[in-house]
Amino acid sequence: MGQVNILIVGRHEQILQTVVRLVNNNPEWRGVGALTDKEAIQLFSHEVFDLILLSSGIEPESEANLRAYFIDHRPETIIVQHYGGGSGLLTAEIYEALKTRS
Amino acid sequence: MAHTVFHKADTRGHANHGWLDSHHTFSFASYYNPERMNFGALRVLNDDIVSGGMGFGTHPHDNMEIISIPLEGDLEHQDSMGNVAVIKKGDIQAMSAGTGIYHSEKNKHENERVKFLQIWIYPDRKNVEPRYDQLTLNLQDRHNRLQQILSPSKDDDGIWIYQQAWFHMGKFDAGVSTQYNLKGGANSGVYAFVLNGKININGQELNTRDGFGVWHTDQLNITAESDAEFLLMEVPMKF
Repeated sequence: MGQVNILIVGRHEQILQTVVRLVNNNPEWRGVGALTDKEAIQLFSHEVFDLILLSSGIEPESEANLRAYFIDHRPETIIVQHYGGGSGLLTAEIYEALKTRS
Repeated sequence: MAHTVFHKADTRGHANHGWLDSHHTFSFASYYNPERMNFGALRVLNDDIVSGGMGFGTHPHDNMEIISIPLEGDLEHQDSMGNVAVIKKGDIQAMSAGTGIYHSEKNKHENERVKFLQIWIYPDRKNVEPRYDQLTLNLQDRHNRLQQILSPSKDDDGIWIYQQAWFHMGKFDAGVSTQYNLKGGANSGVYAFVLNGKININGQELNTRDGFGVWHTDQLNITAESDAEFLLMEVPMKF
Protein backbone atom coordinates (compact mmCIF):
# COMPACT_ATOMS: atom_id res chain seq x y z
CA MET A 1 0.00 0.00 0.00
CA GLY A 2 1.37 3.42 -0.94
CA GLN A 3 1.23 6.60 1.04
CA VAL A 4 -2.26 7.44 2.22
CA ASN A 5 -3.39 10.83 0.93
CA ILE A 6 -5.54 12.73 3.42
CA LEU A 7 -7.43 15.99 2.97
CA ILE A 8 -8.29 17.77 6.21
CA VAL A 9 -10.98 20.45 6.11
CA GLY A 10 -11.59 22.77 9.05
CA ARG A 11 -12.26 26.40 9.88
CA HIS A 12 -9.93 26.82 12.87
CA GLU A 13 -6.60 27.71 11.31
CA GLN A 14 -4.34 26.71 14.21
CA ILE A 15 -6.15 23.43 14.80
CA LEU A 16 -6.07 22.67 11.09
CA GLN A 17 -2.30 23.29 11.02
CA THR A 18 -1.88 21.05 14.06
CA VAL A 19 -3.89 18.20 12.54
CA VAL A 20 -2.02 18.48 9.22
CA ARG A 21 1.31 18.40 11.08
CA LEU A 22 0.24 15.38 13.12
CA VAL A 23 -0.87 13.51 10.01
CA ASN A 24 2.44 14.26 8.29
CA ASN A 25 4.36 12.96 11.30
CA ASN A 26 3.42 9.49 10.08
CA PRO A 27 5.59 8.68 7.03
CA GLU A 28 2.81 6.47 5.65
CA TRP A 29 0.41 9.37 5.50
CA ARG A 30 0.40 12.67 3.62
CA GLY A 31 -1.95 15.38 4.78
CA VAL A 32 -2.99 18.70 3.29
CA GLY A 33 -5.39 21.19 4.83
CA ALA A 34 -8.18 23.39 3.50
CA LEU A 35 -9.75 26.23 5.45
CA THR A 36 -12.52 26.99 2.99
CA ASP A 37 -14.93 24.95 0.87
CA LYS A 38 -13.46 26.49 -2.27
CA GLU A 39 -9.95 25.48 -1.27
CA ALA A 40 -11.12 21.96 -0.37
CA ILE A 41 -12.84 21.50 -3.72
CA GLN A 42 -9.83 22.82 -5.62
CA LEU A 43 -7.50 20.41 -3.84
CA PHE A 44 -9.96 17.54 -4.31
CA SER A 45 -10.20 18.29 -8.03
CA HIS A 46 -6.46 18.11 -8.56
CA GLU A 47 -5.50 14.95 -6.71
CA VAL A 48 -6.97 11.76 -5.38
CA PHE A 49 -7.49 11.59 -1.64
CA ASP A 50 -7.99 8.29 0.13
CA LEU A 51 -9.57 9.93 3.11
CA ILE A 52 -11.18 13.24 4.04
CA LEU A 53 -11.19 14.37 7.65
CA LEU A 54 -13.75 16.98 8.60
CA SER A 55 -12.37 19.05 11.45
CA SER A 56 -14.04 21.77 13.51
CA GLY A 57 -16.22 24.71 12.66
CA ILE A 58 -17.72 23.57 9.35
CA GLU A 59 -21.25 24.88 9.08
CA PRO A 60 -23.91 22.15 8.57
CA GLU A 61 -24.86 23.43 5.11
CA SER A 62 -21.21 23.52 4.03
CA GLU A 63 -20.63 20.04 5.39
CA ALA A 64 -23.62 18.68 3.51
CA ASN A 65 -22.48 20.36 0.29
CA LEU A 66 -18.91 19.14 0.66
CA ARG A 67 -19.97 15.57 1.39
CA ALA A 68 -22.28 15.60 -1.61
CA TYR A 69 -19.58 17.02 -3.87
CA PHE A 70 -16.92 14.55 -2.77
CA ILE A 71 -19.17 11.51 -3.06
CA ASP A 72 -20.66 12.69 -6.33
CA HIS A 73 -17.24 13.04 -7.92
CA ARG A 74 -15.53 10.04 -6.29
CA PRO A 75 -18.01 7.70 -4.63
CA GLU A 76 -15.25 5.63 -3.05
CA THR A 77 -14.02 8.60 -1.01
CA ILE A 78 -14.01 7.93 2.73
CA ILE A 79 -15.20 10.89 4.77
CA VAL A 80 -14.95 10.91 8.55
CA GLN A 81 -15.53 13.48 11.24
CA HIS A 82 -12.35 14.19 13.18
CA TYR A 83 -13.06 14.74 16.84
CA GLY A 84 -10.81 16.17 19.49
CA GLY A 85 -8.62 18.45 17.41
CA GLY A 86 -5.32 16.84 18.33
CA SER A 87 -3.33 13.67 18.49
CA GLY A 88 -5.57 11.79 20.93
CA LEU A 89 -8.00 10.23 18.49
CA LEU A 90 -6.36 10.93 15.15
CA THR A 91 -4.43 7.69 14.68
CA ALA A 92 -7.35 5.46 15.60
CA GLU A 93 -9.75 7.49 13.45
CA ILE A 94 -7.53 7.09 10.40
CA TYR A 95 -6.88 3.39 10.95
CA GLU A 96 -10.59 2.74 11.51
CA ALA A 97 -11.49 4.67 8.37
CA LEU A 98 -8.93 2.85 6.26
CA LYS A 99 -10.31 -0.51 7.43
CA THR A 100 -13.46 0.26 5.48
CA ARG A 101 -11.38 0.69 2.31
CA SER A 102 -9.85 -2.79 2.25
CA MET B 1 -31.01 -9.37 28.48
CA ALA B 2 -28.17 -7.10 29.61
CA HIS B 3 -25.03 -6.90 27.51
CA THR B 4 -21.69 -6.49 29.21
CA VAL B 5 -18.03 -5.87 28.47
CA PHE B 6 -15.26 -6.39 31.01
CA HIS B 7 -11.85 -4.74 30.77
CA LYS B 8 -9.36 -6.04 33.27
CA ALA B 9 -6.96 -3.35 34.47
CA ASP B 10 -3.83 -4.98 33.07
CA THR B 11 -5.31 -5.27 29.58
CA ARG B 12 -5.40 -1.49 29.13
CA GLY B 13 -3.04 0.31 26.80
CA HIS B 14 0.00 1.76 28.52
CA ALA B 15 2.32 4.61 27.62
CA ASN B 16 5.15 5.78 29.84
CA HIS B 17 6.63 9.04 28.61
CA GLY B 18 8.73 9.60 31.71
CA TRP B 19 6.88 12.68 32.88
CA LEU B 20 3.54 11.02 32.09
CA ASP B 21 2.53 7.47 32.90
CA SER B 22 -0.83 6.77 31.32
CA HIS B 23 -3.13 3.78 31.06
CA HIS B 24 -5.70 3.91 28.29
CA THR B 25 -8.94 1.97 28.59
CA PHE B 26 -9.72 2.86 24.97
CA SER B 27 -7.55 3.54 21.92
CA PHE B 28 -5.69 6.79 22.39
CA ALA B 29 -2.67 8.45 20.76
CA SER B 30 -0.29 5.67 19.68
CA TYR B 31 -2.32 2.95 21.41
CA TYR B 32 -4.68 1.53 18.81
CA ASN B 33 -6.81 -1.50 19.55
CA PRO B 34 -9.81 -1.94 17.24
CA GLU B 35 -11.57 -3.88 20.00
CA ARG B 36 -11.19 -0.95 22.39
CA MET B 37 -12.52 2.08 20.59
CA ASN B 38 -15.25 3.37 22.85
CA PHE B 39 -18.20 2.52 25.06
CA GLY B 40 -21.05 4.37 23.41
CA ALA B 41 -20.30 8.09 23.67
CA LEU B 42 -17.46 7.41 26.13
CA ARG B 43 -14.39 7.61 23.90
CA VAL B 44 -11.45 8.19 26.24
CA LEU B 45 -10.71 7.00 29.75
CA ASN B 46 -7.10 7.75 30.59
CA ASP B 47 -5.66 7.03 33.99
CA ASP B 48 -2.78 9.52 34.18
CA ILE B 49 0.12 10.09 36.56
CA VAL B 50 2.04 13.33 35.97
CA SER B 51 5.47 13.87 37.55
CA GLY B 52 6.18 16.90 39.74
CA GLY B 53 6.35 20.21 37.86
CA MET B 54 5.48 18.56 34.55
CA GLY B 55 2.36 18.53 32.45
CA PHE B 56 0.60 18.81 29.13
CA GLY B 57 1.82 21.92 27.30
CA THR B 58 -0.56 24.15 25.40
CA HIS B 59 -2.42 22.07 22.82
CA PRO B 60 -5.70 22.28 20.94
CA HIS B 61 -9.01 20.48 21.11
CA ASP B 62 -12.29 20.71 19.27
CA ASN B 63 -15.69 19.03 19.35
CA MET B 64 -15.27 16.98 22.49
CA GLU B 65 -16.50 17.10 26.06
CA ILE B 66 -13.35 16.71 28.17
CA ILE B 67 -13.69 15.89 31.84
CA SER B 68 -10.85 15.75 34.35
CA ILE B 69 -11.19 14.17 37.77
CA PRO B 70 -8.13 14.64 40.02
CA LEU B 71 -7.40 11.74 42.34
CA GLU B 72 -4.24 13.06 44.00
CA GLY B 73 -2.26 16.31 43.87
CA ASP B 74 -3.02 19.68 42.28
CA LEU B 75 -3.45 20.24 38.56
CA GLU B 76 -3.08 23.74 37.14
CA HIS B 77 -5.26 24.62 34.18
CA GLN B 78 -4.85 27.48 31.69
CA ASP B 79 -6.79 27.97 28.47
CA SER B 80 -7.30 30.28 25.52
CA MET B 81 -10.48 31.69 27.07
CA GLY B 82 -8.40 33.21 29.85
CA ASN B 83 -9.24 30.69 32.54
CA VAL B 84 -6.52 29.96 35.08
CA ALA B 85 -7.45 27.52 37.80
CA VAL B 86 -6.22 24.72 40.01
CA ILE B 87 -8.18 21.50 40.48
CA LYS B 88 -7.56 18.99 43.25
CA LYS B 89 -9.06 15.78 44.62
CA GLY B 90 -12.77 16.34 45.13
CA ASP B 91 -13.02 18.70 42.16
CA ILE B 92 -14.28 17.98 38.66
CA GLN B 93 -13.44 19.97 35.56
CA ALA B 94 -15.29 20.00 32.24
CA MET B 95 -14.42 21.64 28.94
CA SER B 96 -16.64 21.77 25.90
CA ALA B 97 -14.05 22.15 23.18
CA GLY B 98 -16.61 22.97 20.47
CA THR B 99 -15.20 25.16 17.71
CA GLY B 100 -11.75 25.06 19.27
CA ILE B 101 -9.83 25.69 22.43
CA TYR B 102 -6.20 25.67 23.53
CA HIS B 103 -5.26 24.61 27.03
CA SER B 104 -2.49 23.31 29.24
CA GLU B 105 -2.71 21.11 32.31
CA LYS B 106 0.32 21.03 34.60
CA ASN B 107 1.27 19.58 37.94
CA LYS B 108 1.35 22.60 40.22
CA HIS B 109 3.96 21.16 42.57
CA GLU B 110 7.56 20.26 41.85
CA ASN B 111 7.83 17.43 44.34
CA GLU B 112 4.44 15.74 44.24
CA ARG B 113 2.85 13.69 41.53
CA VAL B 114 -0.64 14.27 40.19
CA LYS B 115 -3.02 11.44 39.46
CA PHE B 116 -6.13 12.17 37.49
CA LEU B 117 -8.68 10.64 35.15
CA GLN B 118 -9.00 12.24 31.74
CA ILE B 119 -12.34 11.36 30.18
CA TRP B 120 -13.59 12.33 26.71
CA ILE B 121 -17.24 12.11 25.75
CA TYR B 122 -18.48 12.67 22.21
CA PRO B 123 -20.72 15.77 22.29
CA ASP B 124 -24.38 15.66 21.29
CA ARG B 125 -23.85 18.67 19.01
CA LYS B 126 -20.91 20.01 17.04
CA ASN B 127 -19.23 23.40 16.98
CA VAL B 128 -20.59 24.87 20.20
CA GLU B 129 -18.95 27.91 21.73
CA PRO B 130 -16.09 26.61 23.88
CA ARG B 131 -16.71 26.65 27.62
CA TYR B 132 -14.85 25.78 30.81
CA ASP B 133 -16.26 24.87 34.18
CA GLN B 134 -15.08 23.33 37.41
CA LEU B 135 -16.79 22.38 40.62
CA THR B 136 -15.72 21.39 44.12
CA LEU B 137 -17.70 18.45 45.43
CA ASN B 138 -18.36 17.43 49.01
CA LEU B 139 -16.47 14.15 49.46
CA GLN B 140 -18.75 13.16 52.33
CA ASP B 141 -21.66 13.00 49.90
CA ARG B 142 -20.23 9.88 48.27
CA HIS B 143 -19.63 7.91 51.47
CA ASN B 144 -21.78 4.78 51.20
CA ARG B 145 -24.00 6.37 48.55
CA LEU B 146 -23.73 7.48 44.98
CA GLN B 147 -22.90 11.14 44.46
CA GLN B 148 -23.89 12.61 41.12
CA ILE B 149 -20.96 14.62 39.78
CA LEU B 150 -22.03 15.27 36.17
CA SER B 151 -25.22 15.51 34.17
CA PRO B 152 -26.60 17.03 30.95
CA SER B 153 -28.43 19.78 32.87
CA LYS B 154 -27.23 23.05 34.34
CA ASP B 155 -29.90 22.68 37.01
CA ASP B 156 -28.96 19.19 38.14
CA ASP B 157 -26.30 18.12 40.62
CA GLY B 158 -22.66 18.25 39.56
CA ILE B 159 -21.08 19.74 36.50
CA TRP B 160 -22.84 19.66 33.10
CA ILE B 161 -21.81 18.75 29.57
CA TYR B 162 -23.32 18.64 26.08
CA GLN B 163 -24.36 14.99 26.19
CA GLN B 164 -26.98 12.81 27.82
CA ALA B 165 -24.47 11.55 30.36
CA TRP B 166 -24.54 11.14 34.11
CA PHE B 167 -21.50 10.39 36.28
CA HIS B 168 -21.62 9.21 39.88
CA MET B 169 -18.87 8.44 42.37
CA GLY B 170 -19.06 6.22 45.43
CA LYS B 171 -16.73 5.57 48.35
CA PHE B 172 -18.22 2.54 50.01
CA ASP B 173 -17.33 0.60 53.13
CA ALA B 174 -17.03 -3.16 52.73
CA GLY B 175 -20.42 -4.84 52.62
CA VAL B 176 -22.43 -1.78 51.57
CA SER B 177 -24.79 -2.29 48.61
CA THR B 178 -26.80 0.04 46.44
CA GLN B 179 -28.77 0.10 43.23
CA TYR B 180 -28.23 2.42 40.31
CA ASN B 181 -31.22 3.12 38.09
CA LEU B 182 -30.25 4.27 34.62
CA LYS B 183 -31.54 7.74 33.78
CA GLY B 184 -31.20 7.83 30.02
CA GLY B 185 -33.64 5.15 28.96
CA ALA B 186 -33.12 2.20 26.63
CA ASN B 187 -30.23 3.81 24.75
CA SER B 188 -28.12 4.26 27.89
CA GLY B 189 -25.30 2.13 29.20
CA VAL B 190 -23.05 2.43 32.23
CA TYR B 191 -19.29 2.03 32.30
CA ALA B 192 -17.99 1.41 35.81
CA PHE B 193 -14.36 2.04 36.73
CA VAL B 194 -12.93 1.01 40.08
CA LEU B 195 -10.48 3.46 41.61
CA ASN B 196 -9.53 1.12 44.42
CA GLY B 197 -10.90 -1.90 46.23
CA LYS B 198 -13.21 -4.64 45.08
CA ILE B 199 -16.84 -4.30 44.04
CA ASN B 200 -19.44 -6.53 42.45
CA ILE B 201 -21.82 -5.27 39.79
CA ASN B 202 -24.61 -7.57 38.61
CA GLY B 203 -22.46 -10.59 39.50
CA GLN B 204 -19.23 -9.32 37.90
CA GLU B 205 -16.33 -8.93 40.32
CA LEU B 206 -14.22 -5.84 39.71
CA ASN B 207 -10.87 -5.00 41.25
CA THR B 208 -8.78 -1.83 41.28
CA ARG B 209 -8.73 -0.12 37.85
CA ASP B 210 -10.94 -2.76 36.22
CA GLY B 211 -13.66 -1.47 33.92
CA PHE B 212 -17.09 -2.96 33.26
CA GLY B 213 -19.70 -1.79 30.79
CA VAL B 214 -23.36 -2.77 31.00
CA TRP B 215 -26.15 -1.88 28.59
CA HIS B 216 -29.63 -3.09 27.68
CA THR B 217 -30.51 -2.93 31.33
CA ASP B 218 -32.25 -0.42 33.54
CA GLN B 219 -30.59 -1.16 36.86
CA LEU B 220 -27.24 -2.07 38.37
CA ASN B 221 -26.85 -3.89 41.68
CA ILE B 222 -23.60 -2.82 43.27
CA THR B 223 -21.91 -4.28 46.35
CA ALA B 224 -18.58 -3.26 47.84
CA GLU B 225 -16.71 -6.45 48.66
CA SER B 226 -13.98 -4.40 50.35
CA ASP B 227 -13.65 -0.72 51.11
CA ALA B 228 -13.83 0.69 47.60
CA GLU B 229 -14.02 3.85 45.49
CA PHE B 230 -15.55 3.77 42.03
CA LEU B 231 -16.91 5.87 39.20
CA LEU B 232 -20.06 5.14 37.19
CA MET B 233 -20.35 6.79 33.76
CA GLU B 234 -23.77 6.56 32.13
CA VAL B 235 -23.65 7.50 28.45
CA PRO B 236 -25.77 6.99 25.35
CA MET B 237 -24.78 3.86 23.43
CA LYS B 238 -25.93 5.34 20.11
CA PHE B 239 -25.39 9.04 19.66
